[in-house]
Amino acid sequence: MKLHPMIAALRRHKAGVVLIALQIALTLAIVCNAVFIIGQRVSRVNRPTGLDENNLMLVTQSWVGAPSGDQPGDVDKLDSMQQADLAALRAMPDVESVAPINSLPLLNSSWNGSAALKPGVELREGNARTTYYFTDEQAFRTLGLKLVAGRAFTPADVQHRGFRDTSTPPVVIVTKALADKLFPDGTALGKTIFLDGGSSPSTIIGEVDRLQVPGTGSWTNSFTWNATLVPTRLDAGFARYAVRAKPGRLDAVMHAVPQVLYGVNRMRVLDDDSVKPFAQIRQEAYRSDVGMAILMGVVCLILLGVTAAGIVGLTSFWVGQRHRQIGVRRALGARKIDILHYFQMENLLISGVGALIGLGLAIGLNMLLMKHFEMDRLPVLYVLAGIVVVMALGQGAVFAPARRASNVPPVVATRSV
Amino acid sequence: MLAYYFQLGLRSLRRNPWLTALMVMAIGVGVAASMITWSVFRAVSGNPIPDRSAQLFTPQVDNWGPQNNHDGEPPDGLDYVDAMALMHEHQARRQTLLYAVQLAVSPGGDRSLPLAANGYAVDGDFFPMFEVPLRYGSAWSAADDQARAAVVVLSAELNQRLFGGADSVGRTVTLSGHDYRVVGVTRHWNPQPRFFDLFSTNGFDDATDFYMPFSRALDLQLRTAGRNSCRGKLSFTTWDGWLQSNCVWITAWVQLDNPADVSTYHRFLESYAAAQQHAGRFDWAPNVRLRDVAQWLDYQHVVPPESRISLMVALGFFVICLVNTVGLLLAKFLRRAGEIGVRRALGATRREIYLQYLIEAGAVGLAGGVIGLILTSVGMASVGILFEPQIARLAHLNLSLVALTLLLAVVATMVAAFYPAWRAARVQPAWQLKSN
Repeated sequence: MKLHPMIAALRRHKAGVVLIALQIALTLAIVCNAVFIIGQRVSRVNRPTGLDENNLMLVTQSWVGAPSGDQPGDVDKLDSMQQADLAALRAMPDVESVAPINSLPLLNSSWNGSAALKPGVELREGNARTTYYFTDEQAFRTLGLKLVAGRAFTPADVQHRGFRDTSTPPVVIVTKALADKLFPDGTALGKTIFLDGGSSPSTIIGEVDRLQVPGTGSWTNSFTWNATLVPTRLDAGFARYAVRAKPGRLDAVMHAVPQVLYGVNRMRVLDDDSVKPFAQIRQEAYRSDVGMAILMGVVCLILLGVTAAGIVGLTSFWVGQRHRQIGVRRALGARKIDILHYFQMENLLISGVGALIGLGLAIGLNMLLMKHFEMDRLPVLYVLAGIVVVMALGQGAVFAPARRASNVPPVVATRSV
Repeated sequence: MLAYYFQLGLRSLRRNPWLTALMVMAIGVGVAASMITWSVFRAVSGNPIPDRSAQLFTPQVDNWGPQNNHDGEPPDGLDYVDAMALMHEHQARRQTLLYAVQLAVSPGGDRSLPLAANGYAVDGDFFPMFEVPLRYGSAWSAADDQARAAVVVLSAELNQRLFGGADSVGRTVTLSGHDYRVVGVTRHWNPQPRFFDLFSTNGFDDATDFYMPFSRALDLQLRTAGRNSCRGKLSFTTWDGWLQSNCVWITAWVQLDNPADVSTYHRFLESYAAAQQHAGRFDWAPNVRLRDVAQWLDYQHVVPPESRISLMVALGFFVICLVNTVGLLLAKFLRRAGEIGVRRALGATRREIYLQYLIEAGAVGLAGGVIGLILTSVGMASVGILFEPQIARLAHLNLSLVALTLLLAVVATMVAAFYPAWRAARVQPAWQLKSN
């Protein structure tokens, strides 16, 4: 088939050609970037935290009228209140284990600092940023962490101190990511590190496979997997408890927890938000990511639909307009398949040009997004796949009108001249 | 004549129902997507205090130094030492410090279980500076600040819960075991975004329950319920050690009424930081900022990126829908070339043809607008999948949005019809008559 007469014919329909090409180009630009955003968000949401998230919940509560001072007497009083809560929760029949903890991955409330190999080193000069999880010996069982080297905490390791006390612990457990960062050549076990520019060393006694930081904002991207577990109960007017329920008993535990805690001490704030399954923490942390993925998905689908409908509409119009010319071609010996191919070829030409323009637009849009929204560079694969999709879409959309065109009988040529 | 054209337009919509439905749906979906995202964007990017925003400034002082600050920017809050020093100098007409506190309240007295009450520790100037509307009573005085008085201003919401909405001025409330005398009750007041506390919130939060004097909160050693951010070597072990540390947790606001005051205050900040450097507390050059409300909202990125991206995507989407509409209108109008030829031959001017088809496009736009309105109201309910509840509830359908939706649909469709209508008006009557 020769392209020359086709291009000559298209030049008589400049407006329609430009409109279809433009629509294809814009659709390609938006769909490529939207699918890329979806892919990124989905992979962000799917990364494991390192916890065994099933049957895990978090209790956040604060005492009314608890001492607020930093005197040893006040701290001991707070600690005994916390211990009483822990004992009551651990005694619940459906509870597997309980650990006090200042935060959990994805909770977006964190205590961060730095770990260095030398004493007195400030943050930026420090070797690594890290988040701290202050907890006790039941943390491993409760959170479902996987120890890859060394040993877990024992009750003898566990200390307690006031919330505003920044003294550093003698032993810590770090994530493998943090250990590799601090000690790139060789094991971190038994080595000492200095936390927050302090002068007293902390010995690494174990490594966990994986544990995410509580923050999910982009400011945590530089240390997402750098966590330090500290065997210390923090004593303040409030406390958080991670609770692992026996398999399938999560709901029962969640309902029973408020009564158990009020039973220990009625003077505390414990509201609807205080007892949360981990699934809810995850959902709240990634709400905007999941929402964005859904929004982009819906937009893509509607966009492809609108574009396909537009192609069908304009091509149908052209078929109607060229009714007689088609009849003439048929009368002069063109087969049905030739007519069909003509319209398919024409569409391929237009959408090819549109896709080329769209390629530029897609990259331009991506650069705009990179500049303003911390996006990554769009891989070429996405654009190539996008081109294939819009070309296929064009072919699919043009098929019905082209079929109708091929069914125009040759006798039309002889009518009403 | 216009009414007649409009009728003709409506009639022609019925002529190719399939094509018409396609156009109307495309416009409707495009308008709805734009309107939903626009309403969220408008809500989060609005000016929360329009008549004062250029007179309220938040000072920042770099107490972390180039080693620890955010790429040269001072921290977002002040530490205790700097905050108290700035207040002590009193270089602005009005000034306040603030931080978030959380206390417990028992609405039914000792019998009921305690509930959390979220408030702010502020200075008395907070109320006139931020134009907080008071239902009963008044703000506390500077003397109360000095006297570290146990007074409180309740929000309308907490007053409703505790006193059933009655005038509670002079009565006593117990918050976390301490008694406070109520001096004032606000009307409902929850500026969005919450410009004055972007250090601890993202700008969107539930209404505050109470306000108490900053000096009183310090006396009670109330820890901040908001953010506390420290850098470098930490060595404190007590409340007093914490106050003297480099931890930032306080936001300061000053009211400066004219540019001269602003530059005077800026110079004061510079000289304060220079004095700290001189005294050896900072070993870096003065690094201070003085941002007004609009600059502060912008610097803190209050508008969530989701809002900007979704607005951009929706607008791009709308443009594609319009391009689509141009194509379909072209097809629709030129299909009736014969009819146009007859009308032209019978004496209609090009202008009249042009007008008729523009109005017909307007009818399509109106139908699209109605569909868009329905989709918008449905979509408003699902804004919650993308935004957190505090932001999602800001998006709601009001009269101005309804009007805007319809107007946008009609105007956009008529703009899209310029070219197709022009083509229709250029149909040569002779040609059409000959070929039939």
